[in-house]
Amino acid sequence: MAEIENDSLPILPPAELEEVELYHATNFWTKYVFSQDAKIIAIQYSGVAIAVGLVALVLSSLIRLQLGFPEMFDFITPETYYQFVTMHGMIMVVYLLTALFLGGFGNYLIPLMIGARDMAFPYVNMLSFWIYFLAVLVLVASFFVPGGPTGAGWTLYPPQAILSGTPGGQGLGIILMLLSLALFIIGFTMGGLNYVVTVLQMRTRGMTMMRLPLTVWGIFTATVLALLAFPALLVATVMMLFDRLLETSFFMPSLVEFGDHLSYGGGSPILFQHLFWFFGHPEVYIVALPAFGIVSDLISTHARKNIFGYRMMVWAIVGIGALSFIVWAHHMYVSGMHPYFGFFFATTTLIIAVPTALKVYNWILTLWNGNIHLTTPMLFSLGFIVTFLNGGLTGLFLGNVIVDIPLSDTMFVVAHFHMVMGVAPILVIFGAIYHWYPKVAGRMLDERLGQIHFWVTFVGSYLIFFPMHYIGLVGVPRRYPELGDAAFIPDSVATLNSFISLAAFTVGIAQILFLYNLFRSLRKGQPSGHNPWRATTLEWQTAQTPPGHGNFGPELPLVYRWPYDYSVPGASEDFLAQNDPAQIAKGGSA
Amino acid sequence: MTDTSSAKVTASDNRPKGLSGLVEDWSSDQRAFKNVSWRKAMMWIFLLSDTFIFSIFLLSYMTARMSTKVGWPNASEVFSLHIGHTNFPLLLIAIMTFVLISSSGTMVLAVNYGYRKNRNLTAIMLLVTALLGATFVGMQIFEWTKLISEGVRPWGNPMGAPQFGGIFFMITGFHGTHVSIGVIFLLVMALKVWRGDYDKQTPGYFTSRKGEYECVEIMGLYWHFVDLVWVFIFAFFYLW
Ligand code: HEM
Ligand SMILES: [Cu+2]
Repeated sequence: MAEIENDSLPILPPAELEEVELYHATNFWTKYVFSQDAKIIAIQYSGVAIAVGLVALVLSSLIRLQLGFPEMFDFITPETYYQFVTMHGMIMVVYLLTALFLGGFGNYLIPLMIGARDMAFPYVNMLSFWIYFLAVLVLVASFFVPGGPTGAGWTLYPPQAILSGTPGGQGLGIILMLLSLALFIIGFTMGGLNYVVTVLQMRTRGMTMMRLPLTVWGIFTATVLALLAFPALLVATVMMLFDRLLETSFFMPSLVEFGDHLSYGGGSPILFQHLFWFFGHPEVYIVALPAFGIVSDLISTHARKNIFGYRMMVWAIVGIGALSFIVWAHHMYVSGMHPYFGFFFATTTLIIAVPTALKVYNWILTLWNGNIHLTTPMLFSLGFIVTFLNGGLTGLFLGNVIVDIPLSDTMFVVAHFHMVMGVAPILVIFGAIYHWYPKVAGRMLDERLGQIHFWVTFVGSYLIFFPMHYIGLVGVPRRYPELGDAAFIPDSVATLNSFISLAAFTVGIAQILFLYNLFRSLRKGQPSGHNPWRATTLEWQTAQTPPGHGNFGPELPLVYRWPYDYSVPGASEDFLAQNDPAQIAKGGSA
Repeated sequence: MTDTSSAKVTASDNRPKGLSGLVEDWSSDQRAFKNVSWRKAMMWIFLLSDTFIFSIFLLSYMTARMSTKVGWPNASEVFSLHIGHTNFPLLLIAIMTFVLISSSGTMVLAVNYGYRKNRNLTAIMLLVTALLGATFVGMQIFEWTKLISEGVRPWGNPMGAPQFGGIFFMITGFHGTHVSIGVIFLLVMALKVWRGDYDKQTPGYFTSRKGEYECVEIMGLYWHFVDLVWVFIFAFFYLW
């Protein structure tokens, strides 16, 4: 019973641009290392992001070691604990998720999905990766400097971030962190400009904006958000570097530290919070929007159904992106602000829930009566929907000032944002890797290992983060390495904490399975053919798998339809690829 | 094969104008901005992002200035030039602003001569623009030196609120860096024009796309932007 969206144009407008001249690599170095091919750059980005993500994974295990079994491990002091927490959070949010979604998936998928040969500016694209790489090196270097990395928390709030009481505050830790962020932003901007121009100006004939796969819409909108949100972080890092190195007082009030009156005075820590969250909230959607887009495509493909409400989905992505710029102060309800501001930001925050909920309904309606194949990508997509819904609901709680005030800075918030921006996007990343790996490697990932990987990760994540809501509700604060004997904390908290830690180790170890699968399948995986999932989008229609230099054959594909013609009655293969000119009866159903 | 990114390849000219034209363009295939080359689109988007950076810098400045307890130094005294026995408030800055605005004028001429493929005049105008830009940076260095010699430091100053020095050096420094980068690119571009790279369509280093006289116009976009930003900095630092 497929509803057919037949907007196919039999005659396409003529080409507005002539063929692109590609840069041709001549030797190993320009082909694989300083490559200007978006596909290679994508793999480089993904490789570095995953590698540094593994560091963050190890750090999370160390955090859980301390929380689950306090006072058992001498090498975890309160200082190192703060360093672990900070680096874990920052790496996961910025260096893993942002880089992987935009630099990794963006680079690989945008040109292929819109029918282009490469990004608009391959050289700048290459620079983008190398500057990102440099940012990662600077970040990792901070583990090895005297005093270690910063322990200021991923929010880096001043004044504590640059005081001697905070690990790395008076050493090199915080300086390297800020430098690394600034480099990341510069590198990202180079890539981001490329992604935006490529989507806007390089689509193939017949590929209108309203025929773009939702993956492209998600990545495109997220990139626009990033280009407008990262400036706030850049300014904040520059100003904090000034405070730390030149003793300006942009963010620093008058302070007494260990009996010494510091030379600072007159600055505003709240200003930093505004700058940080003006970046920080859009950042959560920079991570979420690509996930929304990708999951829409995965669901549609693996349920053999057209996406429900394509236009609505597009406008929801754009609307969420726009709204995400006017909700930032919901992270600052306890910082002290005029009650009317609280009212304003609570209202905008809850309004965002409308387009978000709309997307969830549309995913469910896409699945409704679909021919659901429980492949690994589909499992991960289903896992995403449930997890995201879960995190979104707790977000509604936190969005209300009066509910948030007691919950702020508790483990409840930690549970919320891990559900919504930790576990959920990671599940999409896994699903997407299982989905697109065959295109990148020409071989399938092992399905059985994938299913085990999914169940351990998904159930494990729930075992970790579900009890954490309860721990937060009874009032356990976040960012405490140990709880001591506080009277308000019941014994069950300690038991639960050990339980959570065991679940966390299990999930951590399960990722080895994934890595093993990733490497083993490079050689031993089943050959996938060009289009193993029988998907409609252009990347699956390339002449070669993996696609060669220039992506498509001598002719660029022509696009005749939207990307969701699945279960088409009368079609020979149950789907019609975007470049399939076949005409189908208008409004027909079977 | 000709260059794809050039603006010369045009979309059909009988598209509707105004709002419905906009809707039409955005719902069409291939390009959302018809007749806009890739590099020009990229520069515009970059400038949008850069606008955010400068706006946030200026907003931070306003916040700091409005929340400080100590009074802000008086602009007409701090920024005055002492010549002979008289104080000329804002004299230096007036000259600096004049120089920078003039450089926008010469930039326009460079773009114009570029499209007429007048190699020599384009190169000369680019050089003059670069020279004016360098003069601006030079005068800024002079101003900084003068302020530093009067005791203005990032962490404090004898005239008033300690944030003054830090904010001033940071924002004018950030802008000065933009001007300096612009000067370097102007010089490189002057060399390319003079060598005839744009006539021969030698590929650019950064874009790896064929060179065109349009690049001069895109350079101009950046230069005018830096100029426009200066107007705001001027207004907020020197006139407030
Ligand atoms: C309906 C949707 C959502 C609502 C209403 C919401 C609301 C909130 C609120 C009010 C807080 C602040 C809690 C506090 O600090 O006391 C918060 C924290 C957070 N949220 Fe959400 N949120 C939503 C969706 C998301 C999404 C989609 C993401 C990421 C993809 C996300 C990531 C985060 C993060 C990272 C934090 C914690 C930041 C920190 O303080 O360290 N949220 N959320
Ligand atoms: Cu938020």
